[in-house]
Amino acid sequence: MQAKELIHLENISKSFDGELVLDELDLTIRENEFLTLLGPSGCGKSTTLRILGGFILPDKGRVIFDGQDITNTPPNKRNLNTVFQKYSLFPHMNVEDNIAFGLRIAGKSDAYIKDKIKYALKLVNLDGFEKRSPLLLSGGQQQRIAIARAIVNEPRVLLLDEPLGALDLKLRQDMQYELIRLKNELGITFVYVTHDQEEALTMSDTVVVMNQGYIQQMGTPEDIYNEPENAFVADFIGDSNIIDGIMIRDRKVEILGVTFDCVDTGFGEYKPVDVVIRPEDVVLLDPGKGSMDGVVSHIIFKGVHYEMEVTAGGFDWLVQSTVGHPVGTPVGIWVDPYNIQIMNKPESDDEKAVGVEE
Amino acid sequence: MTKRKMLAGPYLVWAAGFIILPLFMILLYGFTSEDGGFTFSNIAAIADPIHLSALGQSIVIAAGSTVISLLVSYPLAYILSKRTSGKTSTVIMMFILPMWINFMLRVLALQMILANTGILNGILGFFGLEPLHILYSRKAILIGMTYDYLPFMILPLYNAMCKIDRDLVDAAADLGAGRFIIFSKVILPLSMPGVISGIIMVFIPSISEFAIADILGGSKILLIGNVIEQEFNLTNNWNLGSGLSLVLMLFIFGSMAVMNKTDADQEGQLLW
Ligand SMILES: Nc1ncnc2c1ncn2[C@@H]1O[C@H](COP(=O)(O)OP(=O)(O)O)[C@@H](O)[C@H]1O
Ligand SMILES: [Mg+2]
Repeated sequence: MQAKELIHLENISKSFDGELVLDELDLTIRENEFLTLLGPSGCGKSTTLRILGGFILPDKGRVIFDGQDITNTPPNKRNLNTVFQKYSLFPHMNVEDNIAFGLRIAGKSDAYIKDKIKYALKLVNLDGFEKRSPLLLSGGQQQRIAIARAIVNEPRVLLLDEPLGALDLKLRQDMQYELIRLKNELGITFVYVTHDQEEALTMSDTVVVMNQGYIQQMGTPEDIYNEPENAFVADFIGDSNIIDGIMIRDRKVEILGVTFDCVDTGFGEYKPVDVVIRPEDVVLLDPGKGSMDGVVSHIIFKGVHYEMEVTAGGFDWLVQSTVGHPVGTPVGIWVDPYNIQIMNKPESDDEKAVGVEE
Repeated sequence: MTKRKMLAGPYLVWAAGFIILPLFMILLYGFTSEDGGFTFSNIAAIADPIHLSALGQSIVIAAGSTVISLLVSYPLAYILSKRTSGKTSTVIMMFILPMWINFMLRVLALQMILANTGILNGILGFFGLEPLHILYSRKAILIGMTYDYLPFMILPLYNAMCKIDRDLVDAAADLGAGRFIIFSKVILPLSMPGVISGIIMVFIPSISEFAIADILGGSKILLIGNVIEQEFNLTNNWNLGSGLSLVLMLFIFGSMAVMNKTDADQEGQLLW
């Protein structure tokens, strides 16, 4: 059974200087969900989050929070807190005063505030940092303080705008696990913004892929990865081979002049389609043993696997395999029918951005 | 000498000739009597009731014009810093533009405006109001100084407020702060460097001012700047003039030290 609906962004539109940034965006966020808005830079993720936080008003549409219309409620009256992209800690206050900021406004007692600060600092693994100046903390530490400052107010929803963007890779991975732990410990809803697909797939219960102000696809990380609904999602989520193909009939698709078996049906006959094949799903065999033959044209070692480029049928296939072949090796290419993903071609540029409506 | 040091040469000469040497001469004059012997009497002369009262007047008027400038500039700078439209620079220009006009011309213009039969009273008369007798009073000096040094208050304030990250304001609102708390807990403390620069930039030139007092005060009000000027130009007592200058300088350094202590970011020094 799905959890109760907590937030509904109802047909939100927003323009800046005549430029449409969000177009009739409709999004439901459920209680205790870790929902991630994922998309390339400039697609409107932050704008969506800022509308949720109350920092900008939508031109059209409504924001419903727990059944109530909060579209015009100012940020200081909303039961959600934000962790800003640049942390935005108050530079003239120490860590303690930063964390206490919201609690003091709410008129909590000194004893309560003291307890809360202690609890929050422990939660983000920064015990004993009360008296430090945020200016002297590392990016990762500032990040944690920003989270502590938000969660002591016990919001029902925490909004996070690319909170790990400024951190280096190792720290980013550590923080990903911390955020998941935090979310589970607090039992609140997280709305998370990132342009990093790996981050989105790692942490989220639900991923919302956005492009140019439209929702492209919404689903679990597995859904998004395994069954991208259009070429944009396929391209954005992980590396993909996206090839023009023709659906000859059900379960038969012609790619680069060769007919492959697949499992998709209902596309009609001799219909142009986009075919998506993940690089780890391309199997390399001896020449003549696969569906088509090619030659390895490029190889790099990536640690866990090799990444190769195989030229076959005039297309450079991206292939990942634990077995590497030197450049120039002739190989055969084979793909399991289950791993061939067929998608309708967008009929216009507009549709390219809109993608498939749910 | 390296090439870079050579480049500094002309400035060193300039600094030596126009800063170090005059300072040294003032020190020399200040601590000697007219016959050339060493003395403290020129410094001690500040205790003379006339000099003390002039210093007192200077402090009161300089402080007054600083406070008025601050009260006028702060809201203006705040409003301007919040706007992102192109009109902001026009408004800022309007306040800076008078700075490009010769200082004397501006003071003389004010004299004509404030005179008993001047423009201000003309306008008041037109509306059937009683004329004001402002010229040749402390009020006139105060108005003149405030008008002259206002841009030096607005600019550092505006700069400091522009530097305040908008996200900090959003963050405060996000944590439940209304307008008043946002102002008192975020905007005000973060604009303090600008406040301090502004105070220094207005208070220090005001306290040694004498031309405005001459023209708008009609020589009725004696400021410490007037006393010093007269010792140099009228009485030709350079020793006394230098001695009083040293006292004033000490006073200025003292107040700057106090302000800078409060100014964590040292922004005031940057502007100096
Ligand atoms: N305050 C603003 N004024 C004008 N344009 C804006 C403003 N905020 C965002 N935009 C524009 O809206 C688009 C979406 O921005 P944003 O939501 O920040 O994207 P994202 O967070 O996905 O990178 C961008 O083209 C950006 O330039
Ligand atoms: Mg953004």
